[in-house]
Amino acid sequence: MAIQTLPLETAGPVRAAAGDRGRQRDHARAGWGMATPFLVLYLLFLVGPTAYGVVMSFFNSSLEYNGLGGFAGPDNYLEALKSSDFWSAMWHTLLFTIMTTPPLVAVALLLAIFTDRLRRGRWFFRLLFFAPYVIPSASVALIWTWLYTPQIGLYGTWLTDIGITSPNWLADPDWAMASVALATVWWTLGFNFVLYLAGLQEIPRDLYEASAVDGASPFTQLRRITLPLLRRTTVLVVVLQVIASLKIFDQVYLMTGGGPNFGTRVLLQYVYDIGFTDFRTGYGAAASMLYFILILVVSLAWFIFGRRQRKEA
Amino acid sequence: MSSPPINRRQLLRGAGLTALGGLSLSAAACGTPFASGIAGTGAGRHSLAYWNLLGGGDGVRMVQMQDVYRRSHPDVDLQAVTLAWGNPYYTKVTLATLGNQPPDVAIAHLTRATILARAGLLEPLDEAELGRHGLTGDNFTSTAWDKAHTDGRLYAIPLDTHPFVMFYNTDICKKADLLDTDGTLRSLDGPTALVDAMRAAKQVTGAYGGVASINNDFATQWRLFSTLYWQLGGDSLLSNEGTDIVMKDALAEQALTYIANLTVGEKLMPASVDYGGAITIFAGGQAGFYFEGDWEVSTFLTAKTPFSMTRFPNVFGGAYAVQADSHSFVLPRDDKRDDARRQTILDFVRSMLDQSKTWAEGGHIPAWRPFQSSDAYDQIKPQSNYKDVADSVRYDDPAWYSGSGSDFENITGSAIAAVSAGQTSPAEAVSEMRARLTKYANTAAPV
Repeated sequence: MAIQTLPLETAGPVRAAAGDRGRQRDHARAGWGMATPFLVLYLLFLVGPTAYGVVMSFFNSSLEYNGLGGFAGPDNYLEALKSSDFWSAMWHTLLFTIMTTPPLVAVALLLAIFTDRLRRGRWFFRLLFFAPYVIPSASVALIWTWLYTPQIGLYGTWLTDIGITSPNWLADPDWAMASVALATVWWTLGFNFVLYLAGLQEIPRDLYEASAVDGASPFTQLRRITLPLLRRTTVLVVVLQVIASLKIFDQVYLMTGGGPNFGTRVLLQYVYDIGFTDFRTGYGAAASMLYFILILVVSLAWFIFGRRQRKEA
Repeated sequence: MSSPPINRRQLLRGAGLTALGGLSLSAAACGTPFASGIAGTGAGRHSLAYWNLLGGGDGVRMVQMQDVYRRSHPDVDLQAVTLAWGNPYYTKVTLATLGNQPPDVAIAHLTRATILARAGLLEPLDEAELGRHGLTGDNFTSTAWDKAHTDGRLYAIPLDTHPFVMFYNTDICKKADLLDTDGTLRSLDGPTALVDAMRAAKQVTGAYGGVASINNDFATQWRLFSTLYWQLGGDSLLSNEGTDIVMKDALAEQALTYIANLTVGEKLMPASVDYGGAITIFAGGQAGFYFEGDWEVSTFLTAKTPFSMTRFPNVFGGAYAVQADSHSFVLPRDDKRDDARRQTILDFVRSMLDQSKTWAEGGHIPAWRPFQSSDAYDQIKPQSNYKDVADSVRYDDPAWYSGSGSDFENITGSAIAAVSAGQTSPAEAVSEMRARLTKYANTAAPV
């Protein structure tokens, strides 16, 4: 099949009239005007408090009193960096990220490929795989806690019925994080699945036809056509997934409370315990600033990686 | 295409104006919490803002009491708000007080009221003024009244005491030959009686003798351990407001060994069960005994389990002790509060205390002596079965990191749960508790 390049239709020369400039100014003003409400709320409720948090992290602020409290200098940061609880919480968060990101990327891709191949009933599987995503975290935690309940939970009884001793899902230190990760994978798979499905549908069909004519097997097509053309989507999915996993709080707090014996306490729960339960908002702010730096580094890494990718393209 | 009767812009403009109008109309109903929150005016002159953390079975009784108050005081607009139990509640009360928009009256655990009082967030109560409403010290349980004082001043008005108690399934206990001739449980005091009783109950159920929640529930584990520890004569674990750890390791290990024997050793109680699961196991007749705070009585009444309640047994034979906390009424500090409002608040508190009968049905031991010592209370069974412990309860040791739902309970309860689950030995748990608590003891109090 010969590839033809069609001539690009060019528009006539653009004349910048005075009226055009005035209209551009109006557009700009209207743009700022429409963005102002959001900007105000953004500054007031995001930028402002973050800046206050940075300041607060250098003081011994307390939840029970107004004002910043006594000056602490770098003490809060030093305490956090020396605290074994802080580092275990950091490790638990990283462990959770490692446990959830590969399945959430790979399984989502597999399901998307499967759904993409369907000729009929695609809507049904889209619904099926995306539906869990709209359930709120508290409901997911409640349902899965009951499924995992020892003695009477469904998973335990099913496994026992087929002769396998059920692990102590949420109360065994070796299984607790994995159990929460499993619930999370079920819950948030739909989002990545939808992203991948969209990416797959952008791949032109004639590439597959052409390769089939050249004798490519389905597996070769997957390796040589699908996956390379999905690279952009994959990068997006991976980075979004990593950042979302690093921000984990809800499911862990609700399902294990950070237990058993602090074995699954993630960093955001550590900040909550210190800042709210213990009233030490200054130290909590320092811990969360350190965490913010970590997430910033991850985002920067993506940004640089993405830049390099775009330069290659 | 002909133009529609209303175009998009007109529709949006009309909708926006209507919404704005509706908003201002609702704001004109100044008494609503929404409007007063936006306007920063606080509750109106004749309204009373009341916050509590009473969900669950006892919360239902509180709602009934509030309705009675409303009927008898039609001139007061009572705005009652129930918030999530534990830490989320106290942070809201704290921040509301710091933001100068506190509720007029709020419920607080006595162990937490101390911390709030120290932080200057509560209004000290004038005992003479309380006396004019009949709220004098001799009308309250003495342990609660003492605990309501911080640094010599009164900051809270006790409502109840809620100890750790023992529920027992009357059918199972009858079959296990544990009941007296009048159908009540024989005394299980003594080092072996409780274990023997649970062995007998296990024979009957075929599953477990007793159950107490372990997973993701540090509070229950702390209550069980501390009761046994104090019965051993362990006395305080913290002193000097938490700067010193004075826990007696040997006695702590002894209490933990007793617990571990029940779950892991003799398998009389499940080594892995969460709060909901424990209730299900007891309500479903798979265990003869259930150990928890008294508030679960409503759950089993609804489930129609054949049960009764009694005080937790005196296992180690010394002076009786049991862990408890108390709900109380506190007045968050509010400079704008005038005398008329204060009278309304105290009137409300008195009205709640007068309805102690309804409150007692929710399981707690009312702190209001006039009702506590009345025959009417004795007739509420099984809730009145354990009323005698009110004077021998122990509260958590005072410290800025202690109290109901605090990190003190989190640390100790998590270590105890690990022992109950068979994941650590008693000795390891004790040293872990000590290590974690020492970090807190060495941290300057933020309060």
